[in-house]
Amino acid sequence: MMDRESPNRMLLEVPNLTQNVSLCRVAVAAFAAQLEFTVAEIEELKVAVSEAVTNAVLHAYDGPGQVRVTAWCSGRCVFVEVQDWGRGIEDVPRAREASFTTMPGRMGLGFVFIESLTDEMEVVSEVERGTTVRFKKCLGQEQRGDAAAGDRESEDAGSLPEAKEGRGK
Amino acid sequence: MTDTQVIAGTLIVRPQGELDVHTAAAFRTDTENALAETGARRLIVSLKNIAFMDSSGLGALLGRYRRMIELGGRLYLVSIPARVRPVLELSGILKIIPVFESEKRALERI
Repeated sequence: MMDRESPNRMLLEVPNLTQNVSLCRVAVAAFAAQLEFTVAEIEELKVAVSEAVTNAVLHAYDGPGQVRVTAWCSGRCVFVEVQDWGRGIEDVPRAREASFTTMPGRMGLGFVFIESLTDEMEVVSEVERGTTVRFKKCLGQEQRGDAAAGDRESEDAGSLPEAKEGRGK
Repeated sequence: MTDTQVIAGTLIVRPQGELDVHTAAAFRTDTENALAETGARRLIVSLKNIAFMDSSGLGALLGRYRRMIELGGRLYLVSIPARVRPVLELSGILKIIPVFESEKRALERI
């Protein structure tokens, strides 16, 4: 199970301003450095955080609003949660598709990137209530990729609750 | 911050630091201004000094690529650092934009 009660967690809440996206990804990367991630894995984590926070900053609110980033370590993984209290996403499966965007000029790759660069992602959203994006990044993703059928070393760290349900919606 | 230079009619832009949702706007404006001032139709974007890029940065690059097509020109990417290559590969952008290892190499070939 996901260890939400992990005593070692960080919480950062910032206004929905684009200049805060950098702060959020750097803070999570620094926090995750307590696990022995490779430089490449930390870069992937930074991109994933950046995508989730950018989504919240650009899409959640018409005016000012807050974005909360929580991260905690459990076993061989870092878990990240990016939450807003904005308009929510009407059709989450559609929003997760590549190239889906509500803004002209944007690539619509945010969720695709998070999904590709992390071990698991879930998106929970309620219209007019807000959105929470959760993902986990575990050590040794590259090695596991070579032997996908092998032992999953990170199983002791648990999986995201409702992740499968979130994907199937 | 974006450094720009024209060599033999080719505009070279060198964005610095992080290319994300916050900095992409300045990169776009700086590049557009330099294109308008120089009238160049060949654009080399050097990623040598890019420390971080996410999908917003990619969007800015793709936007410049489309802009060059509109203008009847071409865009080339050079000096892609190892740390940002995975994101570029994941996006598929390298399948449509020509890449050279350095500015020098690109200037010789284009």
